Amino acid sequence: MATVPLSQLAHGRSGDKGNHANIAIIAHTDAGFAWLRANLTAEVVAAYFAPLGASKVERFEAANVRAFNFVLYDVLAGGASRSLRTDTQGKTLAVALLRMEVPANGPA
Amino acid sequence: MERTGRRDKMPPFNLSGGAMKRVRIGNGCGFWGDNRDAPARLAGAGNLDYLTLEYLAELTMSILAQIKAKDATAGYATDFIDALGVLAPILKAQPGLKVVTNAGGMNPKACGARAKDVLAAAGVERRVAVVSGDDLLPRLDELAAAGHALNHLDTGAPLAAIRDKVVSANAYLGARPIADALKLGAGVVITGRVADASLTVGPVAHEFGWGFGETDLDRLAAGTVAGHLIECGAQATGGLWINADDSTHLETVGYPIAEMTEDGAFTITKPANTGGAVNIETVSEQLLYEVGDPARYYTPDVTADFTTVKLAQAGPDVVSVSNCKANGVTDTYKVSIAYRDGFISAGTLVIAGPRAAEKARRSGAIILEKLKQAGFTYQDTRVEALGAGDCVPGVVTATHDPPEVVLRVAVRDPRKAAVERFTKEFAPLVTSGFPGTTGYTTGRPPVREVFAYWPALIAKAAVSPAVEVL
Repeated sequence: MATVPLSQLAHGRSGDKGNHANIAIIAHTDAGFAWLRANLTAEVVAAYFAPLGASKVERFEAANVRAFNFVLYDVLAGGASRSLRTDTQGKTLAVALLRMEVPANGPA
Repeated sequence: MERTGRRDKMPPFNLSGGAMKRVRIGNGCGFWGDNRDAPARLAGAGNLDYLTLEYLAELTMSILAQIKAKDATAGYATDFIDALGVLAPILKAQPGLKVVTNAGGMNPKACGARAKDVLAAAGVERRVAVVSGDDLLPRLDELAAAGHALNHLDTGAPLAAIRDKVVSANAYLGARPIADALKLGAGVVITGRVADASLTVGPVAHEFGWGFGETDLDRLAAGTVAGHLIECGAQATGGLWINADDSTHLETVGYPIAEMTEDGAFTITKPANTGGAVNIETVSEQLLYEVGDPARYYTPDVTADFTTVKLAQAGPDVVSVSNCKANGVTDTYKVSIAYRDGFISAGTLVIAGPRAAEKARRSGAIILEKLKQAGFTYQDTRVEALGAGDCVPGVVTATHDPPEVVLRVAVRDPRKAAVERFTKEFAPLVTSGFPGTTGYTTGRPPVREVFAYWPALIAKAAVSPAVEVL
């Protein structure tokens, strides 16, 4: 199956709230947004980031900007001050998620 | 306060009626350490009524608390004083321009006194007002005795667990004391901890006479959306934008301006002839930045609903924002508490390939093994091969053998001496490690104290914001 990176149909930004992170994924088109709604579920995002050990992933919808906002709880290995990671604040999580390979013909 | 002199300078594509009062607020600083030239560039070219400057990240207060403990006249964002010196001629040339900042940090009064001196020395006439009352550290035991538990917002753990390690505790105040200060004729308002968006809500509430509490909630929500959009500076105007490239000219990025009308509708823009971009992508990315449930963005002023907001491109580098709605208001302030939690250090080496990532990870393991041989194990350790995907470990993987990677090793531990010992294990690998090991030019990495973050809530009635004109 031919795939393309998620960045073909969406853009986004990520940041931190204590030890939690949020990733906003914003579709370029209405069709892309519909595809995200059906396919980019909290479960899919949780599985993608499983190595980071989030305790829970929640998805919120902001249809006004064709976006889904994912909150990844306890995912920053301690947060801004305590985390030993380079990316203590989850700044790179959005570009990481936008690398996810999705079916090329899916979002149309 | 109508500024008719500005009318001819307004963008011709503005959608609102010509007679309507507008308030233009620009944010020239998104955090302590932001572009040093931004405040003066924005104030000089932005045609502003208000310049806001935001300096306080979550843990900045703990650092300022330490500084204040050593020097009672310090503990504020000193960069603001530098910025004010540079801004002085602009403030002189624009008598109507006001400044609202949270640079007061842990010591708003000392910051205000210093600001007053700087303005006086430069011959700038502005009344300086200071907002305080956010500092709960001296009141922690009194609050505990009165039943304010300050349990951890996420875990529910009692504050008693870390009470003896607390270095700072600040309530996020709202916009009301800022509006009160402006009402008293202040031209420079300096606060301690306030919600970032409140730096914008205060001026618009004052200008339009909006009430707080249960009145004007939708308008306060609009002010909150505007404040949220500009609070991180260039992040609304092309910084971090997914499509930023050479043509975006981030080297001259213009800082964001919100221009609001009485009905709460506003535009986001930036000064003419600056780099960056303002479009639906930049604004929607920032709208959801550091947001949890977008239908409930909690601030002390209002709970704003970001899911009703309508964005439209109203012209080149102008995005109109309308239909901002409130989702109630809470009776609590958020409290940010910082406590001592050991020591941390992170050092780097560069490892050239072939098999750079593998060699880097092995080098990291050698460092930790040698420390173990010397009797040191740590509360937490981490080895990263940066360049091979370890920024998001296990999620992003290298698709080829990179010619070199940065090895980064970090440890955290309650014992400072153990962390200091760790910093001495990098240099030896330059001769006793793998071939292609380099990059040890900056010496031993620094050791810093960890101030961990403890969020909590407190009843608004327990906190008394205070305004003082200096």
